[in-house]
Amino acid sequence: MIDSIIEMFSYTFMQRAFIVGILISLCAALVGVSLVLRRYSMIGDGLSHVAFGSVALATILGIAPIEFSIPLVIIVSFLVLKINNNSKISGDSLIAIISASSLAIGTFLVSIKGVNIDINSYLFGSILSLDKSDMIFSVILSLFVIILYIISYNKIFAITFDDTFAKSIGINVNLYNMIFSTLCSIIVVLGMRLVGSLLISSLIIFPTLTSINIFKKFKTVVISSVIISIITFTTGLTLSYYIATPTGATIVIVNLIAFIISYIYSILFQKKK
Amino acid sequence: MKKLIEVSNLTLGYEGRKIIDKLSFDLYENDFLCVVGENGSGKSTLIKGILGLIKPMNGKIQYNDLKQKNIGYIPQETTVSKHFPASVYEIVLSGTLNSVGLLSFYNNEQKEKADNALKKLKIYNLKDKSFADLSGGQRQKVLIARALCATSKLLILDEPSNNLDYNSRKKLYEILKELNEIDCISIIMVTHDLDHSNLIGKHLLSIKEDDFYYGTVENYVKVIHHDR
Repeated sequence: MIDSIIEMFSYTFMQRAFIVGILISLCAALVGVSLVLRRYSMIGDGLSHVAFGSVALATILGIAPIEFSIPLVIIVSFLVLKINNNSKISGDSLIAIISASSLAIGTFLVSIKGVNIDINSYLFGSILSLDKSDMIFSVILSLFVIILYIISYNKIFAITFDDTFAKSIGINVNLYNMIFSTLCSIIVVLGMRLVGSLLISSLIIFPTLTSINIFKKFKTVVISSVIISIITFTTGLTLSYYIATPTGATIVIVNLIAFIISYIYSILFQKKK
Repeated sequence: MKKLIEVSNLTLGYEGRKIIDKLSFDLYENDFLCVVGENGSGKSTLIKGILGLIKPMNGKIQYNDLKQKNIGYIPQETTVSKHFPASVYEIVLSGTLNSVGLLSFYNNEQKEKADNALKKLKIYNLKDKSFADLSGGQRQKVLIARALCATSKLLILDEPSNNLDYNSRKKLYEILKELNEIDCISIIMVTHDLDHSNLIGKHLLSIKEDDFYYGTVENYVKVIHHDR
Protein backbone atom coordinates (compact mmCIF):
# COMPACT_ATOMS: atom_id res chain seq x y z
CA MET A 1 0.00 0.00 0.00
CA ILE A 2 2.63 2.48 1.12
CA ASP A 3 4.88 1.30 -1.67
CA SER A 4 2.25 1.97 -4.27
CA ILE A 5 1.62 5.46 -2.87
CA ILE A 6 5.33 6.18 -3.03
CA GLU A 7 5.31 4.89 -6.58
CA MET A 8 2.40 7.19 -7.48
CA PHE A 9 4.28 10.22 -6.20
CA SER A 10 7.48 9.20 -7.96
CA TYR A 11 5.99 10.35 -11.26
CA THR A 12 6.56 14.04 -11.92
CA PHE A 13 3.20 14.37 -13.66
CA MET A 14 1.43 13.01 -10.59
CA GLN A 15 3.28 15.41 -8.30
CA ARG A 16 2.28 18.30 -10.54
CA ALA A 17 -1.29 17.09 -10.79
CA PHE A 18 -1.57 16.94 -7.00
CA ILE A 19 -0.04 20.36 -6.40
CA VAL A 20 -1.89 22.18 -9.17
CA GLY A 21 -5.10 20.32 -8.46
CA ILE A 22 -5.15 20.98 -4.72
CA LEU A 23 -4.44 24.67 -5.22
CA ILE A 24 -7.06 25.01 -7.96
CA SER A 25 -9.63 23.10 -5.88
CA LEU A 26 -9.00 25.43 -2.96
CA CYS A 27 -9.49 28.54 -5.10
CA ALA A 28 -12.46 27.08 -6.94
CA ALA A 29 -14.19 26.34 -3.64
CA LEU A 30 -13.58 29.84 -2.21
CA VAL A 31 -14.76 31.62 -5.33
CA GLY A 32 -17.51 29.04 -5.78
CA VAL A 33 -19.21 29.86 -2.47
CA SER A 34 -19.95 33.39 -3.63
CA LEU A 35 -20.87 32.41 -7.18
CA VAL A 36 -23.25 29.66 -6.12
CA LEU A 37 -24.94 31.64 -3.37
CA ARG A 38 -25.40 34.62 -5.68
CA ARG A 39 -26.85 32.26 -8.28
CA TYR A 40 -24.09 32.87 -10.77
CA SER A 41 -23.05 29.20 -10.99
CA MET A 42 -23.55 29.13 -14.73
CA ILE A 43 -20.87 31.77 -15.29
CA GLY A 44 -18.16 29.21 -14.57
CA ASP A 45 -19.75 26.83 -17.04
CA GLY A 46 -20.02 29.48 -19.73
CA LEU A 47 -16.45 30.66 -19.25
CA SER A 48 -15.10 27.12 -19.48
CA HIS A 49 -16.51 26.84 -22.99
CA VAL A 50 -15.02 30.19 -23.87
CA ALA A 51 -11.71 28.87 -22.59
CA PHE A 52 -12.04 25.86 -24.86
CA GLY A 53 -12.64 28.07 -27.87
CA SER A 54 -9.74 30.33 -27.05
CA VAL A 55 -7.31 27.46 -26.45
CA ALA A 56 -8.28 26.01 -29.83
CA LEU A 57 -7.69 29.41 -31.40
CA ALA A 58 -4.33 29.79 -29.67
CA THR A 59 -3.19 26.37 -30.83
CA ILE A 60 -4.05 27.17 -34.44
CA LEU A 61 -2.29 30.52 -34.25
CA GLY A 62 0.66 28.80 -32.67
CA ILE A 63 0.68 30.89 -29.48
CA ALA A 64 0.90 29.74 -25.89
CA PRO A 65 -2.64 28.65 -24.95
CA ILE A 66 -2.68 29.73 -21.29
CA GLU A 67 -1.16 33.16 -21.74
CA PHE A 68 -3.57 33.78 -24.60
CA SER A 69 -6.68 32.34 -22.97
CA ILE A 70 -6.50 33.96 -19.54
CA PRO A 71 -6.87 37.57 -20.78
CA LEU A 72 -9.42 36.59 -23.42
CA VAL A 73 -11.63 34.75 -20.94
CA ILE A 74 -11.33 37.64 -18.48
CA ILE A 75 -12.50 40.07 -21.16
CA VAL A 76 -15.48 37.86 -22.00
CA SER A 77 -16.35 37.58 -18.31
CA PHE A 78 -16.39 41.39 -18.02
CA LEU A 79 -18.65 41.60 -21.05
CA VAL A 80 -21.01 39.10 -19.44
CA LEU A 81 -21.09 41.21 -16.26
CA LYS A 82 -21.72 44.39 -18.20
CA ILE A 83 -24.45 42.97 -20.43
CA ASN A 84 -25.98 41.17 -17.48
CA ASN A 85 -26.30 44.43 -15.58
CA ASN A 86 -28.16 46.38 -18.21
CA SER A 87 -29.76 44.34 -20.89
CA LYS A 88 -32.96 42.69 -21.97
CA ILE A 89 -31.24 39.33 -22.49
CA SER A 90 -31.40 37.41 -19.24
CA GLY A 91 -28.15 36.24 -17.73
CA ASP A 92 -28.69 32.52 -18.23
CA SER A 93 -29.66 32.78 -21.91
CA LEU A 94 -26.68 35.05 -22.48
CA ILE A 95 -24.30 32.52 -20.94
CA ALA A 96 -25.93 29.69 -22.90
CA ILE A 97 -25.39 31.58 -26.15
CA ILE A 98 -21.78 32.41 -25.34
CA SER A 99 -20.85 28.90 -24.24
CA ALA A 100 -22.47 27.13 -27.19
CA SER A 101 -20.91 29.60 -29.65
CA SER A 102 -17.42 29.27 -28.16
CA LEU A 103 -17.60 25.49 -28.19
CA ALA A 104 -18.80 25.56 -31.80
CA ILE A 105 -16.14 28.03 -32.91
CA GLY A 106 -13.41 26.02 -31.17
CA THR A 107 -14.44 22.74 -32.77
CA PHE A 108 -14.95 24.42 -36.14
CA LEU A 109 -11.48 26.02 -36.10
CA VAL A 110 -9.78 22.83 -35.08
CA SER A 111 -11.42 20.77 -37.83
CA ILE A 112 -10.96 23.38 -40.57
CA LYS A 113 -7.27 23.67 -39.90
CA GLY A 114 -6.99 19.95 -39.64
CA VAL A 115 -4.45 20.45 -36.89
CA ASN A 116 -3.49 17.41 -35.01
CA ILE A 117 -4.78 18.39 -31.58
CA ASP A 118 -6.44 16.02 -29.25
CA ILE A 119 -9.78 17.74 -28.64
CA ASN A 120 -10.54 15.20 -25.96
CA SER A 121 -7.72 16.43 -23.76
CA TYR A 122 -9.25 19.93 -23.76
CA LEU A 123 -12.80 18.76 -23.30
CA PHE A 124 -12.08 16.20 -20.60
CA GLY A 125 -8.66 17.20 -19.36
CA SER A 126 -5.35 15.43 -19.23
CA ILE A 127 -3.03 15.50 -16.27
CA LEU A 128 -0.15 14.76 -18.66
CA SER A 129 -0.59 18.18 -20.23
CA LEU A 130 0.37 20.07 -17.05
CA ASP A 131 3.77 21.74 -17.17
CA LYS A 132 5.86 23.93 -14.93
CA SER A 133 4.09 27.16 -15.90
CA ASP A 134 0.77 25.67 -14.73
CA MET A 135 2.37 25.12 -11.34
CA ILE A 136 3.70 28.66 -11.12
CA PHE A 137 0.38 30.12 -12.23
CA SER A 138 -1.60 28.09 -9.74
CA VAL A 139 0.69 28.96 -6.84
CA ILE A 140 0.40 32.70 -7.62
CA LEU A 141 -3.34 32.41 -8.12
CA SER A 142 -3.96 30.60 -4.88
CA LEU A 143 -1.78 32.98 -2.87
CA PHE A 144 -3.76 35.89 -4.31
CA VAL A 145 -7.13 34.25 -3.63
CA ILE A 146 -6.21 33.35 -0.05
CA ILE A 147 -4.91 36.83 0.76
CA LEU A 148 -7.93 38.47 -0.86
CA TYR A 149 -10.25 36.21 1.07
CA ILE A 150 -8.58 36.93 4.38
CA ILE A 151 -8.49 40.70 4.04
CA SER A 152 -11.92 41.17 2.49
CA TYR A 153 -13.75 38.21 3.97
CA ASN A 154 -16.41 40.30 5.71
CA LYS A 155 -17.05 42.40 2.63
CA ILE A 156 -17.28 39.29 0.49
CA PHE A 157 -19.88 37.98 2.92
CA ALA A 158 -21.89 41.22 2.77
CA ILE A 159 -21.87 41.24 -1.04
CA THR A 160 -22.74 37.57 -1.30
CA PHE A 161 -25.64 37.90 1.13
CA ASP A 162 -27.16 41.12 -0.23
CA ASP A 163 -25.31 43.15 -2.83
CA THR A 164 -27.81 46.02 -2.83
CA PHE A 165 -27.30 46.62 0.88
CA ALA A 166 -23.54 46.24 0.44
CA LYS A 167 -23.62 48.95 -2.22
CA SER A 168 -25.74 51.19 -0.02
CA ILE A 169 -23.15 51.17 2.76
CA GLY A 170 -20.41 52.13 0.36
CA ILE A 171 -18.78 48.80 -0.54
CA ASN A 172 -17.44 48.85 -4.08
CA VAL A 173 -19.51 45.93 -5.33
CA ASN A 174 -18.56 46.44 -8.98
CA LEU A 175 -14.88 46.16 -8.14
CA TYR A 176 -15.44 42.89 -6.30
CA ASN A 177 -17.56 41.58 -9.16
CA MET A 178 -14.68 42.25 -11.51
CA ILE A 179 -12.17 40.61 -9.18
CA PHE A 180 -14.38 37.54 -8.89
CA SER A 181 -14.88 37.36 -12.66
CA THR A 182 -11.13 37.56 -13.14
CA LEU A 183 -10.47 34.85 -10.56
CA CYS A 184 -13.17 32.64 -12.01
CA SER A 185 -11.64 33.05 -15.47
CA ILE A 186 -8.15 32.11 -14.28
CA ILE A 187 -9.45 29.11 -12.35
CA VAL A 188 -11.35 27.92 -15.39
CA VAL A 189 -8.37 28.20 -17.74
CA LEU A 190 -5.92 26.53 -15.35
CA GLY A 191 -8.36 23.89 -14.15
CA MET A 192 -9.45 23.05 -17.65
CA ARG A 193 -6.08 21.42 -18.40
CA LEU A 194 -6.60 19.19 -15.43
CA VAL A 195 -10.26 18.15 -15.55
CA GLY A 196 -11.36 19.45 -18.94
CA SER A 197 -13.51 22.36 -20.01
CA LEU A 198 -16.72 20.37 -19.80
CA LEU A 199 -16.12 19.44 -16.18
CA ILE A 200 -14.22 22.35 -14.61
CA SER A 201 -17.34 24.22 -13.50
CA SER A 202 -18.20 21.29 -11.24
CA LEU A 203 -15.09 22.06 -9.15
CA ILE A 204 -16.57 25.52 -8.58
CA ILE A 205 -20.13 24.44 -7.88
CA PHE A 206 -20.11 21.03 -6.19
CA PRO A 207 -18.18 21.76 -2.96
CA THR A 208 -20.50 24.64 -2.02
CA LEU A 209 -23.65 22.68 -2.81
CA THR A 210 -22.43 19.77 -0.72
CA SER A 211 -21.46 22.05 2.12
CA ILE A 212 -24.72 24.04 2.33
CA ASN A 213 -26.63 20.79 2.74
CA ILE A 214 -24.82 20.29 6.02
CA PHE A 215 -23.76 23.67 7.36
CA LYS A 216 -25.84 26.74 8.09
CA LYS A 217 -23.32 29.49 8.83
CA PHE A 218 -21.33 31.31 6.21
CA LYS A 219 -17.97 30.84 7.85
CA THR A 220 -18.42 27.08 8.26
CA VAL A 221 -19.72 26.82 4.70
CA VAL A 222 -16.60 28.55 3.38
CA ILE A 223 -14.17 26.46 5.41
CA SER A 224 -15.95 23.17 4.80
CA SER A 225 -16.23 23.84 1.06
CA VAL A 226 -12.48 24.16 0.85
CA ILE A 227 -11.96 20.96 2.81
CA ILE A 228 -14.56 19.06 0.78
CA SER A 229 -13.05 20.37 -2.44
CA ILE A 230 -9.53 19.24 -1.55
CA ILE A 231 -10.65 15.84 -0.26
CA THR A 232 -12.80 15.08 -3.28
CA PHE A 233 -10.02 16.15 -5.60
CA THR A 234 -7.31 14.02 -3.99
CA THR A 235 -9.66 11.04 -3.71
CA GLY A 236 -10.67 11.38 -7.35
CA LEU A 237 -7.12 11.77 -8.60
CA THR A 238 -5.84 8.83 -6.56
CA LEU A 239 -8.73 6.62 -7.69
CA SER A 240 -8.18 7.53 -11.31
CA TYR A 241 -4.53 6.59 -10.96
CA TYR A 242 -5.25 3.17 -9.53
CA ILE A 243 -8.17 2.14 -11.67
CA ALA A 244 -6.92 3.96 -14.78
CA THR A 245 -9.98 6.13 -15.41
CA PRO A 246 -10.13 9.69 -16.79
CA THR A 247 -9.13 12.07 -13.97
CA GLY A 248 -11.74 14.78 -14.54
CA ALA A 249 -14.64 12.38 -14.72
CA THR A 250 -13.48 10.48 -11.64
CA ILE A 251 -13.21 13.70 -9.59
CA VAL A 252 -16.68 14.80 -10.65
CA ILE A 253 -18.12 11.40 -9.72
CA VAL A 254 -16.51 11.58 -6.27
CA ASN A 255 -18.04 15.06 -5.90
CA LEU A 256 -21.41 13.73 -6.96
CA ILE A 257 -21.23 10.97 -4.36
CA ALA A 258 -20.27 13.48 -1.66
CA PHE A 259 -23.19 15.68 -2.71
CA ILE A 260 -25.66 12.80 -2.56
CA ILE A 261 -24.44 11.82 0.90
CA SER A 262 -24.82 15.41 2.13
CA TYR A 263 -28.28 15.61 0.59
CA ILE A 264 -29.40 12.45 2.34
CA TYR A 265 -27.95 13.84 5.57
CA SER A 266 -29.94 17.05 5.16
CA ILE A 267 -33.17 15.14 4.59
CA LEU A 268 -32.62 12.84 7.56
CA PHE A 269 -31.41 15.36 10.10
CA GLN A 270 -32.63 18.78 9.17
CA LYS A 271 -36.14 18.65 7.78
CA LYS A 272 -37.57 17.14 10.96
CA LYS A 273 -37.98 20.45 12.77
CA MET B 1 -36.42 72.15 12.27
CA LYS B 2 -33.21 70.92 10.69
CA LYS B 3 -33.34 69.35 7.29
CA LEU B 4 -31.53 66.03 6.94
CA ILE B 5 -32.12 65.61 3.22
CA GLU B 6 -33.17 68.23 0.68
CA VAL B 7 -34.41 66.88 -2.61
CA SER B 8 -34.81 69.53 -5.26
CA ASN B 9 -36.09 69.19 -8.79
CA LEU B 10 -34.96 65.59 -8.88
CA THR B 11 -35.29 63.51 -12.03
CA LEU B 12 -34.48 59.80 -11.85
CA GLY B 13 -34.67 57.00 -14.38
CA TYR B 14 -32.87 54.33 -16.35
CA GLU B 15 -31.25 54.46 -19.76
CA GLY B 16 -32.67 57.86 -20.56
CA ARG B 17 -36.20 56.94 -19.53
CA LYS B 18 -37.55 59.21 -16.81
CA ILE B 19 -39.39 57.49 -14.00
CA ILE B 20 -39.53 60.31 -11.50
CA ASP B 21 -39.62 63.82 -12.90
CA LYS B 22 -38.90 67.05 -11.04
CA LEU B 23 -39.59 65.89 -7.52
CA SER B 24 -38.87 68.16 -4.56
CA PHE B 25 -39.30 67.47 -0.87
CA ASP B 26 -37.39 67.69 2.39
CA LEU B 27 -36.73 65.19 5.08
CA TYR B 28 -36.51 66.75 8.54
CA GLU B 29 -34.47 65.47 11.39
CA ASN B 30 -36.48 62.97 13.40
CA ASP B 31 -39.14 62.86 10.70
CA PHE B 32 -41.22 59.83 9.76
CA LEU B 33 -41.95 60.02 6.06
CA CYS B 34 -44.27 57.58 4.34
CA VAL B 35 -43.88 57.26 0.59
CA VAL B 36 -46.99 55.95 -1.13
CA GLY B 37 -47.87 55.28 -4.76
CA GLU B 38 -48.97 52.64 -7.22
CA ASN B 39 -46.69 49.83 -8.34
CA GLY B 40 -44.27 51.13 -10.92
CA SER B 41 -44.74 54.74 -9.87
CA GLY B 42 -41.08 55.04 -8.95
CA LYS B 43 -40.97 54.51 -5.19
CA SER B 44 -38.13 51.99 -5.40
CA THR B 45 -36.33 54.19 -7.90
CA LEU B 46 -36.50 57.06 -5.42
CA ILE B 47 -35.00 54.86 -2.71
CA LYS B 48 -32.18 53.84 -5.03
CA GLY B 49 -31.56 57.49 -5.76
CA ILE B 50 -31.35 58.43 -2.09
CA LEU B 51 -29.05 55.48 -1.37
CA GLY B 52 -26.83 56.52 -4.24
CA LEU B 53 -27.35 53.30 -6.21
CA ILE B 54 -28.39 55.31 -9.26
CA LYS B 55 -27.31 58.80 -10.24
CA PRO B 56 -29.82 61.61 -10.70
CA MET B 57 -30.49 62.52 -14.33
CA ASN B 58 -31.25 66.01 -13.15
CA GLY B 59 -31.71 68.00 -9.96
CA LYS B 60 -30.01 67.04 -6.74
CA ILE B 61 -30.21 65.37 -3.39
CA GLN B 62 -28.39 67.22 -0.65
CA TYR B 63 -27.41 65.45 2.55
CA ASN B 64 -26.88 67.62 5.61
CA ASP B 65 -24.74 66.21 8.36
CA LEU B 66 -25.32 62.74 6.93
CA LYS B 67 -23.17 60.56 4.72
CA GLN B 68 -24.89 58.51 2.07
CA LYS B 69 -23.20 55.33 3.26
CA ASN B 70 -24.50 55.92 6.79
CA ILE B 71 -28.11 55.38 5.79
CA GLY B 72 -29.60 52.13 7.07
CA TYR B 73 -31.41 50.40 4.23
CA ILE B 74 -33.94 47.63 4.83
CA PRO B 75 -34.83 45.80 1.63
CA GLN B 76 -38.04 43.85 1.16
CA GLU B 77 -37.63 40.71 3.20
CA THR B 78 -38.50 38.58 0.15
CA THR B 79 -35.61 39.91 -1.96
CA VAL B 80 -33.10 38.28 0.38
CA SER B 81 -32.52 34.59 -0.21
CA LYS B 82 -34.39 32.58 2.43
CA HIS B 83 -32.05 29.61 2.39
CA PHE B 84 -28.83 31.56 2.64
CA PRO B 85 -26.43 29.83 5.04
CA ALA B 86 -25.55 32.60 7.49
CA SER B 87 -26.00 33.14 11.19
CA VAL B 88 -28.04 36.07 12.46
CA TYR B 89 -24.88 37.52 14.00
CA GLU B 90 -22.92 37.32 10.73
CA ILE B 91 -25.67 39.23 8.96
CA VAL B 92 -26.19 41.91 11.61
CA LEU B 93 -22.44 42.53 11.97
CA SER B 94 -22.15 43.13 8.23
CA GLY B 95 -24.16 46.32 8.77
CA THR B 96 -21.15 47.88 10.46
CA LEU B 97 -18.97 47.52 7.38
CA ASN B 98 -19.40 51.21 6.52
CA SER B 99 -17.19 51.99 9.49
CA VAL B 100 -14.34 49.58 8.76
CA GLY B 101 -11.34 50.32 6.60
CA LEU B 102 -9.78 48.50 3.69
CA LEU B 103 -9.09 45.48 5.84
CA SER B 104 -12.58 44.36 6.65
CA PHE B 105 -12.07 43.13 10.19
CA TYR B 106 -14.52 43.84 12.99
CA ASN B 107 -13.28 45.33 16.25
CA ASN B 108 -14.98 45.50 19.63
CA GLU B 109 -16.80 48.71 18.79
CA GLN B 110 -18.52 47.05 15.85
CA LYS B 111 -19.33 43.92 17.80
CA GLU B 112 -20.88 46.05 20.52
CA LYS B 113 -22.97 47.87 17.93
CA ALA B 114 -24.26 44.56 16.62
CA ASP B 115 -25.05 43.31 20.13
CA ASN B 116 -26.96 46.49 20.90
CA ALA B 117 -28.95 46.29 17.70
CA LEU B 118 -29.85 42.68 18.44
CA LYS B 119 -30.96 43.60 21.95
CA LYS B 120 -32.96 46.59 20.74
CA LEU B 121 -34.98 44.34 18.44
CA LYS B 122 -35.21 41.65 21.13
CA ILE B 123 -33.58 39.01 18.96
CA TYR B 124 -30.37 38.63 20.92
CA ASN B 125 -31.39 35.05 21.69
CA LEU B 126 -31.40 34.30 17.97
CA LYS B 127 -27.80 35.48 17.56
CA ASP B 128 -26.33 32.09 16.68
CA LYS B 129 -29.36 30.81 14.79
CA SER B 130 -29.25 30.34 11.05
CA PHE B 131 -31.11 32.88 8.94
CA ALA B 132 -32.66 29.98 7.03
CA ASP B 133 -34.40 28.70 10.16
CA LEU B 134 -36.20 31.95 11.03
CA SER B 135 -39.78 33.02 10.39
CA GLY B 136 -40.55 35.88 8.00
CA GLY B 137 -41.07 38.32 10.86
CA GLN B 138 -37.81 37.33 12.53
CA ARG B 139 -35.91 37.64 9.27
CA GLN B 140 -37.21 41.16 8.92
CA LYS B 141 -36.04 42.05 12.43
CA VAL B 142 -32.59 40.77 11.48
CA LEU B 143 -32.56 43.07 8.47
CA ILE B 144 -33.65 46.01 10.63
CA ALA B 145 -30.89 45.22 13.14
CA ARG B 146 -28.35 45.11 10.31
CA ALA B 147 -29.56 48.51 9.10
CA LEU B 148 -29.32 49.92 12.65
CA CYS B 149 -25.66 48.93 12.65
CA ALA B 150 -25.14 51.09 9.60
CA THR B 151 -26.88 54.20 10.89
CA SER B 152 -27.70 56.36 13.86
CA LYS B 153 -29.75 58.84 11.83
CA LEU B 154 -31.87 57.47 9.03
CA LEU B 155 -33.58 54.19 8.18
CA ILE B 156 -35.14 53.53 4.78
CA LEU B 157 -37.60 50.68 4.51
CA ASP B 158 -38.94 49.22 1.27
CA GLU B 159 -42.45 47.81 1.64
CA PRO B 160 -41.80 46.37 5.09
CA SER B 161 -45.40 45.29 5.65
CA ASN B 162 -45.61 43.02 2.61
CA ASN B 163 -46.04 39.37 3.56
CA LEU B 164 -46.68 40.18 7.20
CA ASP B 165 -49.92 39.26 8.92
CA TYR B 166 -51.88 41.85 10.85
CA ASN B 167 -50.20 41.19 14.19
CA SER B 168 -46.61 41.15 12.94
CA ARG B 169 -47.39 44.32 11.05
CA LYS B 170 -48.61 45.99 14.22
CA LYS B 171 -45.48 44.88 16.07
CA LEU B 172 -43.28 46.17 13.26
CA TYR B 173 -44.90 49.60 13.46
CA GLU B 174 -44.43 49.65 17.22
CA ILE B 175 -40.71 48.99 16.73
CA LEU B 176 -40.43 51.71 14.11
CA LYS B 177 -42.33 54.16 16.27
CA GLU B 178 -40.01 53.49 19.17
CA LEU B 179 -36.90 53.91 17.01
CA ASN B 180 -38.31 57.16 15.72
CA GLU B 181 -39.52 58.65 19.00
CA ILE B 182 -37.09 57.30 21.57
CA ASP B 183 -33.90 56.83 19.55
CA CYS B 184 -34.61 59.87 17.38
CA ILE B 185 -33.90 58.05 14.13
CA SER B 186 -35.56 59.49 11.04
CA ILE B 187 -37.48 57.01 8.94
CA ILE B 188 -38.49 56.85 5.31
CA MET B 189 -40.94 54.06 4.65
CA VAL B 190 -42.26 53.03 1.27
CA THR B 191 -45.61 51.40 1.79
CA HIS B 192 -48.95 50.27 0.43
CA ASP B 193 -50.42 50.20 3.86
CA LEU B 194 -52.14 53.57 3.96
CA ASP B 195 -54.34 52.76 6.93
CA HIS B 196 -51.42 52.27 9.25
CA SER B 197 -49.10 54.86 7.80
CA ASN B 198 -51.79 57.40 8.63
CA LEU B 199 -51.31 56.49 12.23
CA ILE B 200 -47.54 56.54 12.47
CA GLY B 201 -46.23 58.78 9.69
CA LYS B 202 -45.57 62.47 10.22
CA HIS B 203 -45.11 63.50 6.60
CA LEU B 204 -46.33 61.83 3.47
CA LEU B 205 -45.07 61.80 -0.09
CA SER B 206 -47.42 60.47 -2.71
CA ILE B 207 -45.98 59.67 -6.12
CA LYS B 208 -48.28 59.40 -9.12
CA GLU B 209 -46.51 59.75 -12.48
CA ASP B 210 -45.62 63.44 -12.46
CA ASP B 211 -48.21 64.39 -9.89
CA PHE B 212 -46.70 64.61 -6.44
CA TYR B 213 -48.13 65.39 -3.06
CA TYR B 214 -45.82 66.24 -0.21
CA GLY B 215 -47.01 67.47 3.16
CA THR B 216 -48.17 66.38 6.55
CA VAL B 217 -50.18 63.22 6.89
CA GLU B 218 -53.09 65.15 8.43
CA ASN B 219 -53.33 67.39 5.41
CA TYR B 220 -53.20 64.47 3.02
CA VAL B 221 -56.12 62.84 4.73
CA LYS B 222 -58.09 66.08 4.44
CA VAL B 223 -57.22 66.45 0.75
CA ILE B 224 -58.29 62.90 0.01
CA HIS B 225 -61.61 63.34 1.78
CA HIS B 226 -62.14 66.62 0.01
CA ASP B 227 -61.63 64.98 -3.39
CA ARG B 228 -64.23 62.40 -2.61
